[in-house]
Amino acid sequence: MSALAMTGGGRMLRRSGGRQAFIEKLNGMAFCLPATILLLVTCLVPLCVLVIISFTRYELGDLDIRFVGLANFSKALGDPVFRRSLFNTLLYMAIVLPGSVILGLLVAVLVHGRKRTRSFYEIVYFLPVTSTLIAMATVWQFLLHPKIGPINAFLQLVGLPQHAFLSDPALALPTLAVVGMWQLIGFNMVLFLAGLSAIPRDLYEAAEVDGCASAVDRFLTITWPLLGPTMMFVIVTTSITAFKIFDTVAVMTRGGPMGSSEVLLYAVYLEGFQYFHTAYAAALTVIFLAFIVVFAVIQTFVLERRVHY
Amino acid sequence: MATPLPLTAAPATSPVLARLRRAVSQVLVHGFLLAGAVFMLLPFVWMLVTSIKPPAEIFSATLSLWPRQFYGVENYRFALTTAPLLRFAANGIFICGCILAVQLLVAIPCAYALAKLRFPGRQLLFVLTLLALAIPVQVPALPLYIGLANLNLLNTYFSMMVPFFLSVFAIFLLRQFFRGFPDDIISAARLDGMSEFEIVWRIVTPSAWPAIAAFAVFSIVAHWNDLYWPLIVISDGKLAPPPLGMMIFADAETGSNYGALTAAATVLTAPLVVTFLFARRHFIAGITMTGVK
Repeated sequence: MSALAMTGGGRMLRRSGGRQAFIEKLNGMAFCLPATILLLVTCLVPLCVLVIISFTRYELGDLDIRFVGLANFSKALGDPVFRRSLFNTLLYMAIVLPGSVILGLLVAVLVHGRKRTRSFYEIVYFLPVTSTLIAMATVWQFLLHPKIGPINAFLQLVGLPQHAFLSDPALALPTLAVVGMWQLIGFNMVLFLAGLSAIPRDLYEAAEVDGCASAVDRFLTITWPLLGPTMMFVIVTTSITAFKIFDTVAVMTRGGPMGSSEVLLYAVYLEGFQYFHTAYAAALTVIFLAFIVVFAVIQTFVLERRVHY
Repeated sequence: MATPLPLTAAPATSPVLARLRRAVSQVLVHGFLLAGAVFMLLPFVWMLVTSIKPPAEIFSATLSLWPRQFYGVENYRFALTTAPLLRFAANGIFICGCILAVQLLVAIPCAYALAKLRFPGRQLLFVLTLLALAIPVQVPALPLYIGLANLNLLNTYFSMMVPFFLSVFAIFLLRQFFRGFPDDIISAARLDGMSEFEIVWRIVTPSAWPAIAAFAVFSIVAHWNDLYWPLIVISDGKLAPPPLGMMIFADAETGSNYGALTAAATVLTAPLVVTFLFARRHFIAGITMTGVK
């Protein structure tokens, strides 16, 4: 449609002489110049530099650059800290992804059916998304405190064993995952609500006439298949967010106890900006980027499919 | 559900049963949603309550919600005087404002050119924009840090803002929006002798207000809450945005003074949460824009 209009405009311009088209070219390039410069300086050039550095032995302040091939990458593969942080990141994802997607969907389906209370639930569930995670992480730290935290006080009250959630190596990462889910459920709920409101109401009425009486039946025959594209999208977005976990680790556990909550970005941060092993951190960033690219490719694929749906 | 089908010869008890079943399902649904709501609200409620409790009550680890002794003034005064919390908030407003302004100034003309003008390199630029869309700031962070260090620009407001001046997302979103703008109006404006510059800022931009508002919310929330990049480039506490400020304050408060900590958390969380409560629709549209579009 707009391509047609564009060629039409082009033809008109050509009739009024090449001068107009020339001015359009100049304007177009001038309008894109600031964005192009920024794109090069803050994204594309750093990206190239990053990849180059990852093949060197560069450390911040070095004057000469010595190439070491894939040494940084093979070091990463053999580095127990890196392997643990990659494993932890994937484990975190494996908890947060199903948790926040399933609960987000469940809450969305239930909230979608409310009339008077819908906006109340929407506000409450969305509140964590708008809050400053670092500040709330500090609050969570207090809630989970082994001695003075209310969660342990509650566990004691109902006669359950108490836990040092953040200093027990077996519990630290799952606890962070719960906090991650706390922030993501509302976000996913809103995405699902958008998908749900796109499903025509009369489909449900038709299904009822056809004998789909129970809410579960209707969910399985209509909502679930029609929500497919939204579902794929939510899964990819949530995967990326979960894969980028950093804030809660930096505030609540700093990778501890005993490395049980070390995650990929936190390892990159420590290597690159605390220990200044620049080249090694660059290699870790390239690995991080490889994962992000995989997610992005899936996302593009999913978006493509969504258009044709 | 209310009108029984004539085919099913409903017994007389059916409306009662149906109503009962409806009531049970209502209880179950609300029970589940309310339990979830408690989980969502718990940190907020406990933050507010703890911020007005005296240390003795905080350390007694009881589940009492309301403080016996009101200690709010002391906690908030302590938090505000030990850490420049208002300064952190002001930094956040300044940084978010500057980033958003530059993002729009750069993205709007570029998006218009990509949507409506024909010029060499248009396809290439668009493809590069799409590529850059997938790259989070953590990826170019190392080279940017090295560059800023060499230019002696670390520890400045500029260093905190520069990676975000270009929002490829804004370009992508606005381009989609501008494509729908009628070409006839643009041609008419050209015939009236308006320059392209005027067309962009006086005709096309005002029409994109909903998209710009949604993007503004998206951008402000993202940069108000960003920790990773400020943590890297800022070591001077005076320049810290809210999340970094909170971290510095929490580190300094090694004595786990949770009354003051929760008071600080309240002060730094309040601006966005309060804005959210007043502009809910814009907020939800803005934050989830990446998903819905």
